[in-house]
Amino acid sequence: MAFYRPASWQKPLSLLLLCAALALPSALAAFGQEFYIGFATRVLIFALAASSLNLVLGFGGMVSLGHAAFLGAGAYAAAICQQAGINEALLAFPAAMGIAGLFALVVGAISLRTRGVYFIMITLAFAQMAYYLFISARSWGGDDGLPLNGRMTLAGFSLADDAALFYAAAGLLALAMLFFGRLAEARFGRTLQAIRENETRMEALGYPVFRYRLVAFALGGAVAGLAGALLANLTGLASPNLLQWTQSGTLLVMVIIGGVGYLYGGVVGAAVLLLLEESLVGVTEHWHIILGLLLLAVVLFAPKGVAALFGKRRG
Amino acid sequence: MADALLDVRRLSRRFAAVDALKAVDFSVQAGEIHALIGPNGAGKTTFIHHVSGALLPDSGSVHFAGRDVTRLSMHQRVRAGMARSYQITNVFLGLSALDNVVLAVQGRADAGSSFRFWRPVRDETALFDDARSYLDQVGLSSKTGVVAGQLSHGEQRALELAMALATRPQLLLLDEPMAGTGPEESARMVELIEHLARHVTILLVEHDMAAVFRLADRISVLVNGQLICSGTPDEVKNDAGVRRAYLGDHL
Repeated sequence: MAFYRPASWQKPLSLLLLCAALALPSALAAFGQEFYIGFATRVLIFALAASSLNLVLGFGGMVSLGHAAFLGAGAYAAAICQQAGINEALLAFPAAMGIAGLFALVVGAISLRTRGVYFIMITLAFAQMAYYLFISARSWGGDDGLPLNGRMTLAGFSLADDAALFYAAAGLLALAMLFFGRLAEARFGRTLQAIRENETRMEALGYPVFRYRLVAFALGGAVAGLAGALLANLTGLASPNLLQWTQSGTLLVMVIIGGVGYLYGGVVGAAVLLLLEESLVGVTEHWHIILGLLLLAVVLFAPKGVAALFGKRRG
Repeated sequence: MADALLDVRRLSRRFAAVDALKAVDFSVQAGEIHALIGPNGAGKTTFIHHVSGALLPDSGSVHFAGRDVTRLSMHQRVRAGMARSYQITNVFLGLSALDNVVLAVQGRADAGSSFRFWRPVRDETALFDDARSYLDQVGLSSKTGVVAGQLSHGEQRALELAMALATRPQLLLLDEPMAGTGPEESARMVELIEHLARHVTILLVEHDMAAVFRLADRISVLVNGQLICSGTPDEVKNDAGVRRAYLGDHL
């Protein structure tokens, strides 16, 4: 894989898309399609979650099959915050990021001592442990999950309105993408990508490789936690299903479809997958088959992902 | 010897049923070029791996600059002033020559932390200026912008050396720097190593005996994981054991 370098049109295009996104709720309302605002918010939230995995997988070269654990941890953290009387997102969201990030730090500190298939298995194992922990935690709703008592407020403004939550998600996604984009070209991102390319060489240049990987892993977990907190607000529920390994798999598929190691790989992948799911579900209940065929097509014909079709990436 | 820059004492390592290194005592004095020679499979690269920290010994110790580094990891030893080049070219093929060296400069303790998340590396002109000086030293000034994958083999070897130098080592471990190079490139590499030796101590593993005898101040001979001789080039050349075990084929 090559090192990340943004194409010249990437910045104008992302600003254009951001403007389009900001106009979307009013446009949908004008056509009486408010129902889709919730769906669009879901796309943004999964774009955030998939992008956080892309930091770990695409830029860090760590194939984690447990990323949904941090998504779920963030969702539960938000719900538990609300239960404890904290209904302000400015407090609850950072708390969710902190909890998920800390959880990722612990998982990473152990898992990152292994490589390859072992790393995949151990991250999966941690996520499944967390899944069963939440399922059996009666005080947090067990199987049923922990419902939110209405949406939170953000800096005093209620997120109860679908458009308000949409704007919050869009703003946070934009901030995260700005951060990831800067990171990728800053010292940390260059170091991380170089470690992905050749770990031994980086050790031989004096880099404490483990520490860089761990920080990236924890950072990815924290941002996934933020996505989880948003998701809990969208659906009104912190569900144990969020932590299930199939959810981790979905995030992986999003990143692979979108483009591993491309800044917008996670965003593109989440949009493509959720849009397909949404449109295919209406056509046939066997939509997974079509999805499978699509995944095959991507792997065979666009192995670097959809984002790669739009631009070159060089060292 | 207490004042040796590198002092290896009774280093042993066993792989399954094979004694790869048998109680090797070895030292490198500050300022010298010390060559390590021996037949294929003698354990030279294994030895270098133990000195650099890529592998840990079963027993014995490695002292560097007066400090016991036996249990230090590779990156800690690099930070302590020990750099290595690889037998097989090991550079970032997708990056330009300059970007390769920038990575090496950036990893140095005095270059500051690499846990920086916001400022693009390309704006850090100090890193690039420093990196250029190492490319100058190895004669790659005109290739700074060339992607490493497009450099000739000899140029990649030189780039590898520039990266090792950019860590500002006291001791440079060169594992077969002439490997796979043609006669012309080899001659250039010999000149380059001679030039570098003015500033840095070098431990050289090499099969090219002409180069070894031209460059080395001292030579040690490793055969079957045992150090059978260590001395000046003349002493080694005239050692009966060395002639029997190894040099007989080469001289």
